[in-house]
Amino acid sequence: MTVFLQFLFSGLTVGAVYALVGLGFNIIYNATSIINLAQGEFVVIGGLVMWFFTQSVQLPFLPSLLLTLLTAGLIALLMERLTIKPLKKTDLLLMIMITVAVSILLRGLLMFKFGKEPYVYDPFTAGEPLQIHGAILQQQTLWIFGITLLCIVLIYLFFSRTLLGKAMRACAVNPTAAKLVGINVERMIMISFVLSAAMGALAGIAITPVSLMEYDKGPMLAVKGFSAAIMGGLGRGRGSVLGGFIIGILESMTAGYLHSGLKDAVALVIMLAVLFFKPAGLFGSKAMLQLRKF
Amino acid sequence: MKRGFGLFTALLVIILFAAFSFAAPAKAPYRIGAIFSVTGAASFLGEPEKNTVLMLAEQINAAGGINGHPLEVIIEDSKSDETQAVLAAKKLLEKDDVVAIIGPSTTGESMALVPIMTNAKTPLVSCAAGAGITQPVSERYWIFKSPQYDTSAVEAIYTYMKRQGIAKVGIVSIATGFGDAGRKALNDLAPKYGITIVADERYGPKDSDMTTQLAKIKAAGAQAVINWSVGPGQVVVTKNWNALKMGIPLYQSHGWGSKKNIELAGKAAEGVIAPLGRLVVWDKLADRHPQKALLKKYSQDYEAKFKGEPGTFGGHAYDSLMMVVEALKKVGPDKAKVRDYIENKIKKWPGTGGVFTMSPQDHCGLDKDAFEMVVVRNGDWEILK
Repeated sequence: MTVFLQFLFSGLTVGAVYALVGLGFNIIYNATSIINLAQGEFVVIGGLVMWFFTQSVQLPFLPSLLLTLLTAGLIALLMERLTIKPLKKTDLLLMIMITVAVSILLRGLLMFKFGKEPYVYDPFTAGEPLQIHGAILQQQTLWIFGITLLCIVLIYLFFSRTLLGKAMRACAVNPTAAKLVGINVERMIMISFVLSAAMGALAGIAITPVSLMEYDKGPMLAVKGFSAAIMGGLGRGRGSVLGGFIIGILESMTAGYLHSGLKDAVALVIMLAVLFFKPAGLFGSKAMLQLRKF
Repeated sequence: MKRGFGLFTALLVIILFAAFSFAAPAKAPYRIGAIFSVTGAASFLGEPEKNTVLMLAEQINAAGGINGHPLEVIIEDSKSDETQAVLAAKKLLEKDDVVAIIGPSTTGESMALVPIMTNAKTPLVSCAAGAGITQPVSERYWIFKSPQYDTSAVEAIYTYMKRQGIAKVGIVSIATGFGDAGRKALNDLAPKYGITIVADERYGPKDSDMTTQLAKIKAAGAQAVINWSVGPGQVVVTKNWNALKMGIPLYQSHGWGSKKNIELAGKAAEGVIAPLGRLVVWDKLADRHPQKALLKKYSQDYEAKFKGEPGTFGGHAYDSLMMVVEALKKVGPDKAKVRDYIENKIKKWPGTGGVFTMSPQDHCGLDKDAFEMVVVRNGDWEILK
């Protein structure tokens, strides 16, 4: 029982990380149908810039948090203004390729600024990990859960209750029609980049105390987060969270009951199986899949 | 006006040339090639190695060179790539006509150079650890290496465990070349020391939580955990081990030897045991220890010049270069004689990695005695007796 619980907690910890990264993919996707493959780098930026403000500049927690989110947002703003906006032809595939290029560029810049060593700072709250039936759950994991939950709620409210959110969704479905009813499509795209970068950075800030952060962690996080997003149904906030937890728990259980060398393979095979039988993902609908450009 | 300027320049050039030819020592320089992964994936190895070699060459030349011959080390960047390493070696051999090459930084690159160096009949002293670099020694006539074998680190751990009465261990290793080699050595040598491996777990280089693997090891009834990795993985394992309160000791590989790891793991690192080369604990060695003086000088010089610890890797470059320099000092720039000297005359020779004793059967010259068992106490290293 203890061992099973421990595997479960470990899976939840890892799953929460994937879920949070997966959420970031959804925001840009919901607004533009672009898949921003530099999302992983924004998670890294979150962790490393937070380290810079709390440990190097030695600011208190909250100002550091805000400054970090601001920095990530600003970088995303520059990214969108300099690489996506100047495009004459809005070809989706081309835009996705550009995000790959930006991710490589960002990784290089991060390496110059922070070097290759990993970074870490203290968890948000100090104290012993929780003990439940002999299994251990770290306090920071609870923070990650909380932040994930908060993000789902906020994103849900934003996209379904606010005019701005609804306008953004309209842009993804049909940019031309959105333009015709007076939505400033370019501005929506810009806002979506900034929001998703902030979300990614928030994920990075939350996970760094548990998992450490180094300049080249982005691609792995992006792959796992993206898997979570498509498993749950691209564009569905709840879906990507559920997908993240499923992948995390699958990995952990495989490592625990089969062998740790197989964990990535088993998780990916099950994800492929899900997509094979339900191509829209667990939460996505067939109708949405047909509307999708990707 | 213009002609006057030209004349002036010409005169200046002549004077400069004259000055240089008078200032230069009469003896021809000794040329050594160095191939390091200064950039690319293995640049964390190449950077301290390059720094070390530059610093040593400067010191040797300031002290009058090798028997009056200035030392010229030509450093090539392999970009952590085997093809680039081969090209660099060809350039060094054909264009620069070096008497020996030190490096490359990684096992793969070193293996790629074996046939080239053998054909060119030029000694290579590698800075990588893989056993295949110098074994089988009958096919590695021209090849040496300065880092300790992975198996020696494993033997050091097992010897210590045996004394502690530990018979059942769980191992967890990173899924990279380093982890694979360590895992193989741990499995192969266990029976010899009467140790049973009750769990054999793995994790990816970028994994963020190893609690599952550790919980499984604990459930399997292990009396100790051994983690074999370099990079952030070893810190994450340490943190998880501490959070789980496993009640059994954690052993790390010889990759643990950086103060940075203690900083990152914080209090969680307390009690972690690892076999480490003496470079990181030089200040805790007895004064009569043969390595102490040179470790002290190297460590302090490096820190003063580059504002950082040289680490084990810088030490490998130190050993490789100084072996060749010593040979040059005794036998001069003759490739075959330099090789013979390193093979037969490097005996009880203190370096940073240990006290080397080369022989026709062993082109590494180090065994498990190159390591001290070191524990983390109060945020610092402490040598275990």
